[in-house]
Amino acid sequence: MSTMSDDNKQDTVTIYVDDQPVEVPAGINLVEAVAVAGKEVPHYCYHPKLSVVGNCRMCLVEMGTPGRDRATGEPMLDEEGNPKIMWVPKPVIGCATNVSPGMHVKTESSLVKDCREGVMEFLLVNHPLDCPICDQAGECRLQEFATDYGRGYSRFVEQKNVKPKRTRIGPRVTLDDERCILCSRCIRFCEEVADDPVLGFIDRGSYTTLTTFPGKELDNNYSLNTVDICPVGALTSTDFRFKMRVWFLKETPSIDTESSVGCNTVVGSREGTIYRITPRRNDAVNDTWMPDSGRTLYRQVDADDRMTQYSIEGRPCAAEEALTLASTYLRNGRSAIVASGRLSVEEQYLLTRIASHAPGETPAWLVARHAEGDGKLLSADRNPNVRGALVTGLIDRIPEAQLSQLSAALESGKVENLIVVGEDITQAGISIDQIKKANVVYIGAVHCDTAQYAKVEIPLLTVFEKAGSFINQQFRVQKFAQAVPGPKGVLFGLSNFTQLLAAVSDGKDRIEPSPAAVWTEMAAAIDEFKELSFSAIPSTGQLIPADRFADLPFVEGKSLHFEPRTAVADA
Amino acid sequence: MATKVLERKPLSLAEQTYLPQILGGMKITLRNMFKPPVTLEYPDERPDIPEGYRGVPTLVKDPNGREKCVSCQLCEFVCPPRAIRITPGEIDAESDTAHVEKAPKEFEINMLRCIYCGFCQEVCPEEAIFLQDIFSLSGYSREELVYQKDKLYELGGTLPDQHYKWDRKREAELAGNPHH
Ligand code: SF4
Ligand code: SF4
Ligand code: SF4
Ligand code: SF4
Ligand code: FES
Repeated sequence: MSTMSDDNKQDTVTIYVDDQPVEVPAGINLVEAVAVAGKEVPHYCYHPKLSVVGNCRMCLVEMGTPGRDRATGEPMLDEEGNPKIMWVPKPVIGCATNVSPGMHVKTESSLVKDCREGVMEFLLVNHPLDCPICDQAGECRLQEFATDYGRGYSRFVEQKNVKPKRTRIGPRVTLDDERCILCSRCIRFCEEVADDPVLGFIDRGSYTTLTTFPGKELDNNYSLNTVDICPVGALTSTDFRFKMRVWFLKETPSIDTESSVGCNTVVGSREGTIYRITPRRNDAVNDTWMPDSGRTLYRQVDADDRMTQYSIEGRPCAAEEALTLASTYLRNGRSAIVASGRLSVEEQYLLTRIASHAPGETPAWLVARHAEGDGKLLSADRNPNVRGALVTGLIDRIPEAQLSQLSAALESGKVENLIVVGEDITQAGISIDQIKKANVVYIGAVHCDTAQYAKVEIPLLTVFEKAGSFINQQFRVQKFAQAVPGPKGVLFGLSNFTQLLAAVSDGKDRIEPSPAAVWTEMAAAIDEFKELSFSAIPSTGQLIPADRFADLPFVEGKSLHFEPRTAVADA
Repeated sequence: MATKVLERKPLSLAEQTYLPQILGGMKITLRNMFKPPVTLEYPDERPDIPEGYRGVPTLVKDPNGREKCVSCQLCEFVCPPRAIRITPGEIDAESDTAHVEKAPKEFEINMLRCIYCGFCQEVCPEEAIFLQDIFSLSGYSREELVYQKDKLYELGGTLPDQHYKWDRKREAELAGNPHH
């Protein structure tokens, strides 16, 4: 059954989980292997992206391997000629036991059940009765395993240990030590992933307490990942604390727009309000992590400067009116476009399509957002979708932070109409006088100086209010879904762009305002997207050919799961 | 279809006088005239509410005056017609009950939606919500019948407590660990 790879090593091995044969990848541990078989080995301290320590003992299983005769090395057989299984006399921990060919595992024997009950009982001995006020309730491993594998009643009558509660251990993390089950996941994360070892256990023994080293704080930009991996409610997010119970949250797959890494995320919302953003596992992009800075981006939805009204020269108007006026500008005179690396691929493509109907050449720029990369999950390019603009043909070079060409063109009157989408060009080297010279149409989510001096203002949806896709630094197309409805009065989905397109083309060029419809068009027009469709993009993203852009000097340096192709290093 | 013709029996003499029937009716009337009444002069008289009656859901305090609800939102989740709406909040660090950490900032029950099923009472891990003996509600507007936290506590009052869970927790916290 096993297949052989080039170096003659076995890729998969067959093991027997409760007597059922399963083929599993070689070298994985029993927690993972049993999961392949569709069963569960309950575990606390094991985490697929951290080192194995084996300190919680929840994953105890019975294990045996086919025996071999000591003298001859021949496989031992029982009376029926089957391999004789040499059972390890005591249970072993599944997280630290790797599979070997022919291995047998018992996950449901009475010994295993007893072990789990015992471990659960010890964990609960000093565990507080905090579930009603604990943010982890509903996604708590301790709750789940207590119901699934616990004894169901308590024999403990003594007073429980007292440990520090409501402790601030960093700007974003609150610790409740009584709830900690001492699995050390958070400690290992800080050491192994965040490179900021600040957590440790003190007072070892019955009163072992998790805390920060003296004078240190858990304040790195990855600190909230400890909250995600903490199997209980010991580490909680200060921002999310007591805001909403997790069982009310609708989970929507999304993408972190902070940088071109494109961390996969889950947006938790209830009735149109977003409460938190957590990472979504993607082993090719962000593993199970994301930066803290990306978790508060949902606040842009209700930002004070949020723009929700269509207007012409400051006078509120209907969406139709604003879009018609914008199209009239575009059809008369020379136009230019300033787009954004924060727009979705679909929006960028629709802009190229809109530009194709305007008379003459319609140059387009993006505004660069470069900052230092952290080598992990924040790259030097803080635009999530510059690659999308390249692939769709909106731009053909790496954007710059200052729009000097546009500035000159506005100065000389070469550009009469300017569509600005999602950028404040007054921050990118364009003066207010220059803006006043042209007919500026501002499409954006927030009020800014550009909006103030624009002739037409068109509100734009944030990433949480629409569906679409981004192309990250690996040239991986990643989808995001709509988490919450947009503000009242703002056209849904891609309608702003498709209606503008229809108006510019005199009603001839009509596309449905959905990502699926735009992808049908893009698949036909763009080589890289050939045979792709929106629904066919998997939840972990789809790599597309990047050869066409191999020579461009992208600014990203090395980060998790990414090696830059060109030699240009991080700034 | 076959039809069957029923023969009607002629009435007997007694039946023809109607007297036995009239007397039978009079007997019932007389008996009831002297029995105690089974109805109440509502609203001047009020019925005794039996234990376990499911009236209006209310929030209660413990005998020490602590608001028992910790805004765990389980009742909000379980409520079939979604009558409950809670905004959770944090207890002020200065408060005597700061160790309870959590209490509702707002708590409303829409009595027009409530079906008096009692699920909220059953699910509450803090024994903070009880369907007591109030059965008659009226109001001039819909808003008036969405009861807010104050009103719910006013209706609920204080109920005896078996556990004093949080008071004991506080005592343990003050006493600290043995042998340490
Ligand atoms: S950590 Fe889990 S079991 Fe412990 S109080 Fe919180 S929800 Fe309950
Ligand atoms: S705080 Fe959470 S992650 Fe850290 S050791 Fe305790 S239980 Fe484990
Ligand atoms: S009694 Fe039933 S319907 Fe009424 S609030 Fe409680 S759970 Fe909801
Ligand atoms: S009344 Fe009970 S169930 Fe409802 S929120 Fe309060 S504590 Fe939770
Ligand atoms: S998961 Fe194996 S010992 Fe904790």
